Amino acid sequence: MEAKTENPQEILESVIIRFVGDSGDGMQLTGTQFSDTSAMFGNDVATFPNYPAEIRAPQGSLYGVSGYQVHIGSVEISTPGDEVDLLVAMNPAGLKTNLHAVKPGHTIIVDTDSFTKKNLEKALYESNPLEDNSLENYRVIEVSMTSLTKETLKEVQGLDNKAITRSKNMFALGMVYWMYHRSTEHTIEFFQKKFKSKPEIIEANTKVLNAGYYFAETLELIPNAYTISPAKMEAGTYRIVMGNTATAWGFLAAAEKSGLELFLGSYPITPASDILHELVKHKHFGVKTLQAEDEIAGITSAIGASFAGDLAITTTSGPGLALKGEALGLAMMIELPLVLVNVQRGGPSTGLPTKTEQSDLLQAMYGRNGESPVIIIAASTPANCFNYAYEAAKLTLEHMTPVILMSDGYIANGSAPWKIQSVNEMPEIKNNLLKEFKENWHPYDRDQDSLARYWAVPGTPGMEHRVGGLEKDKVTGNVSYDPENHEYMTNIRAEKIKRVQNYIPDQETEFADSGDLLVIGWGGTYGSLHSAVKHLNDEGYKNIGFAHFHYLNPLPTNTEALLKRFKKIIVCELNTGQFVKVLKSSFNGFEFLQFNKIQGLPFANNELVQKFKQLVT
Amino acid sequence: METTAVKEYTYKDFASDQEVRWCPGCDDYVILRSVQKALPEIGIKKENVVFISGIGCSSRFPYYMDTYGMHSIHGRAAAIASGVKLANPDLSVWVITGDGDSLAIGGNHFIHVLRRNLDLNIILFNNEIYGLTKGQFSPTSLVGQKTKSSPYGNTQPPFSAGELALGAQARFFARIGGNTPKEMTEIFIQSQKYKGTSLVEVLQNCPIFNDGCFAKYTDKAVREDRQLYVEHGKPMIFGKDRDKGLILKGIRLEVVTIGENGIEETDILIHNAKEHDPTLHQMLVRLEYPMVTGIIRSFNDTTFEEREDALTVQVKANSSFRKTDDLFFSGDVYEIKE
Repeated sequence: MEAKTENPQEILESVIIRFVGDSGDGMQLTGTQFSDTSAMFGNDVATFPNYPAEIRAPQGSLYGVSGYQVHIGSVEISTPGDEVDLLVAMNPAGLKTNLHAVKPGHTIIVDTDSFTKKNLEKALYESNPLEDNSLENYRVIEVSMTSLTKETLKEVQGLDNKAITRSKNMFALGMVYWMYHRSTEHTIEFFQKKFKSKPEIIEANTKVLNAGYYFAETLELIPNAYTISPAKMEAGTYRIVMGNTATAWGFLAAAEKSGLELFLGSYPITPASDILHELVKHKHFGVKTLQAEDEIAGITSAIGASFAGDLAITTTSGPGLALKGEALGLAMMIELPLVLVNVQRGGPSTGLPTKTEQSDLLQAMYGRNGESPVIIIAASTPANCFNYAYEAAKLTLEHMTPVILMSDGYIANGSAPWKIQSVNEMPEIKNNLLKEFKENWHPYDRDQDSLARYWAVPGTPGMEHRVGGLEKDKVTGNVSYDPENHEYMTNIRAEKIKRVQNYIPDQETEFADSGDLLVIGWGGTYGSLHSAVKHLNDEGYKNIGFAHFHYLNPLPTNTEALLKRFKKIIVCELNTGQFVKVLKSSFNGFEFLQFNKIQGLPFANNELVQKFKQLVT
Repeated sequence: METTAVKEYTYKDFASDQEVRWCPGCDDYVILRSVQKALPEIGIKKENVVFISGIGCSSRFPYYMDTYGMHSIHGRAAAIASGVKLANPDLSVWVITGDGDSLAIGGNHFIHVLRRNLDLNIILFNNEIYGLTKGQFSPTSLVGQKTKSSPYGNTQPPFSAGELALGAQARFFARIGGNTPKEMTEIFIQSQKYKGTSLVEVLQNCPIFNDGCFAKYTDKAVREDRQLYVEHGKPMIFGKDRDKGLILKGIRLEVVTIGENGIEETDILIHNAKEHDPTLHQMLVRLEYPMVTGIIRSFNDTTFEEREDALTVQVKANSSFRKTDDLFFSGDVYEIKE
C-alpha cells in the first residue's frame, strides 16, 4: 500500500506502540522486549499489558485479543499513554478491537496472511478492511508475516509447523526495531539465555527477528523511520521493573534492613499472584512463603509468623481482602506487625479480575467489625511500589499495627525504569523487639510517643504471655470486660494510628502551591493525573496544583492547610468517589468536586485535560 | 529443639496466674492438667512452648498456660500455628481446638494442616456440641440429637474426626477419653515427641449441654469392656477379663473371645501404629464396639518444614545471591550517564 511521503528520520519526543494478537501470539513477550531494549537505549518507558481473563481464548476471537502497549520517550514518561502512534495487529480481531485507539493518519502494520475469510468472520468483519477502504485514514503497512517467517525458517532443522508460526511475532518486532532505530542485540541475548537447551529455537527466533529487521530496512514501502533520543533521566543504574516485582523487592529490602526474616502467606489471586511468584524464588535470602489453602490461611499464617518474630506479609486483591477482614481485625487487636498488600482490580464480587480500579479504599478503611483502624498507604507507580512496600514494612514494625498497602492492576502489571536503590541507601527501620528478659514488663506497655507496644516473641525466656482477640486489659493484656478499659483501649488503638502522622512526610504539591484548582489523586492514577496537569502547565495554566496522596490513613497533618490554598478542589478516582468521602468526613468547609471513571480502564489524558480546563476558564 | 537435661519444671510451672473458668465437672480441667503434667516430662524449655487456639470453650486454654499463647479467631488456629512453626521451627507448637472450631468453621485448615505434616500438636476437644454458644449441634453431633438448634432432632450426619483426619493423610492420630488423665498425659508426651502433625482427639464430656455423650464408652463401670486401648506392637485385647480381642475376618474387624471357638491369644491382631497403609487404622477409627483409644496411627514421614528446609539449603547452595543488592544489580541493568 502506498504511504504518504514524510520526512525521513523524523525526530519525536515520544511514541506509543501497541502490539496486538491472539492470546497465544506472544504479544506480551514482544512488548516486553521492545520496552526493555528502549529502556537500555536510555528512553523513559511505561508499559501496560492488556490481556483477556481467558488463558487461551478461541483463536481469532474478539475476546481472545491480547495486547501490550509501550510508551517510550526522550522526555519524562508517566503513563503508557492513550492513543497509539503505531499498531501492530497480528490478526483481524486485534485490528478490530484496537483500531479506535490509533491516532488518525498514523501507522498500522498487519500480518496479511491472517486476514483469511475464516479469521475475518471470527472478528465479525463483513468485508476485508484491507480491501474496503475503511482504513483510508491510516497508513497501513501490509506484510505477509506468516509466509515470510515460514520462508525464513525453511532450512532450520527440528522445528514443527507450530513453532515456526509462533515465531512470527519476532518478525514484527524486528520491523519495529528498525523503524525506531533499536538494536536487536538485547533480544538475541534474551533468546540465548531463555532457550539455552533449545539451540534450534534460538536460531529460529534470531533468524526471524533479523529477517523482520532487514525486511523493514530494504522495504521501500516504509519511507521513514523515527528517532527517539534518550531521555534526560537522573544518572544512575537502572532496570525495568513491573510494579508487582518492585513490591516484592521492597519487602526483601525491608527484611534485610530490619534484620528480620520475611514470611509471606498468600493464596493465588489476579492480579496479586506475581508478588507470590517473585518472593517464592528468593529462598536464598531465607524468604519463607506459604501458598495457603485459602485467603484466610494466607493472612492467619502470616499473623502466626509475626507472633513468632518474622516480618510477615500477606498479598491479595479485593475479594481476598474481604475474606481477610476478620483476621486483619485480630492483628490490629493483638497489635502485631503485618503488611497486607491489596492489588486492586475491578469489583464488586469477582468483578473485572484483569482490569484496574480503585474501589477497595473504603473496604480497606472500614471493612472490619468493630472499631478497627489500620494504617493505609498506596503506591502510585510501578517503580515506587518498591518504596511503598518498604515504607509499609517500616511503619508496621515501628508502630506495631497492621498496614494495608494499596496497589492496583495498572501499576502492578505495568513496568517502568527503576533507578535501583541499594539497601544501604534506604532509611533505617527500628523494631520493637524485646530480645531479653525485662523486669516488670507487660504485654501492653507502650512507647510514650508512638504508643506502639513491644514485641516479645516465643523463645525469649521469662517473657511468656498470651494475646488474643478478646478485649484486653490495658496493661497486662489479660481478658477484660471492664467498660472503662474497653473505651480506653478503643481510643488508644485509634490514637496510635493518628500519631503515625508524626512520622510521615507532609503532603506535597506539584506545579502550583496555591491557585485556582487543586487536582487530588491517590494510588495508581499518578501517571495519568501528573501528565494531564503537566500538559496544562506547559500550555500556560500555572494556577493548577496537583497533590497525589500516598498516605491515606492517617492523612498527612498539612492536608487541611493545603486544601485551603486553592479556590477549587477536584478529587479524581477510578471509582465513584471513595477518597473524596474520606476527605469530606475529615475536613469541613470545602467543596470537593469529583472526577470519576469506573470502566476498568485508567484515565485518558484528554478527558482529564478537558475537565480541568473547564474548571479554570 | 533445646531440651532440658534434668526435669526443670513441675506442672505448676505451666499454670498461669489466670483463674480457670470452665464449668465445674468439665473434662477440660482434666485435659489442662494432663498437658501441664506432660510438658515437664518432655523437658522443653517453657519459653519455647506456644499454644494457639481458635474459638470455643476449649480455646480459652492458652490463657491458663504460662507459656506463649494466642487465643485467636474461630477456626484459624491451625493456620496461625503453621505460621508460628514456619517462622521458628525450634518451637513446640500446640493447637487447641474443638469439634466446631476444627471440623466446621475451620475444616479447611484442619485438612490442609494434616496434609502438609508440619510438626504441630493438635488437641481436638470433641464434645459433640457447641458449648460456648450455648448448645447448638456440632459437626460431630449424632443424627436425631436434640439441641437448641435441632429441637426435633439433628438431621445432619456426623463427621468422625479420626476418619476425616486419616482421609486428609494424618500420620499421627490418637483418641482418648476425657476422664483418663494418666493415658492422656502419656499420649500428649508421645504426640510431642512425634515429628509431624499429631492429632489427639479427646472424647470430652460437656456436663452442661451434652452430659454423658461418651458415657457408654468412658464410664468407669463399662470402660474396660467398651474401650480398646491400643498400643503399638501389642495385641488388640480388651475387656475386664482381658479376654476380648480383634481379628480380621475378610475385610472386616471382628470381636472375638479368647478361649471360645478355638481362638487363642496368638490369633489376635497385633497393633502396628507405624504402618504406612492406613486401611486398618481407618477400620479401627470407625469401630463403635469397642471404641478404640490410644495411639491408633503414628507413621513416620518427612515433615513440611524438613522439605522446605532442604529446598532452602539447595537453593542457597546454587545461588550467588547473598544480599538484596546482588539481586537488584543483576541481569538486565543499564547505566544512565550525566
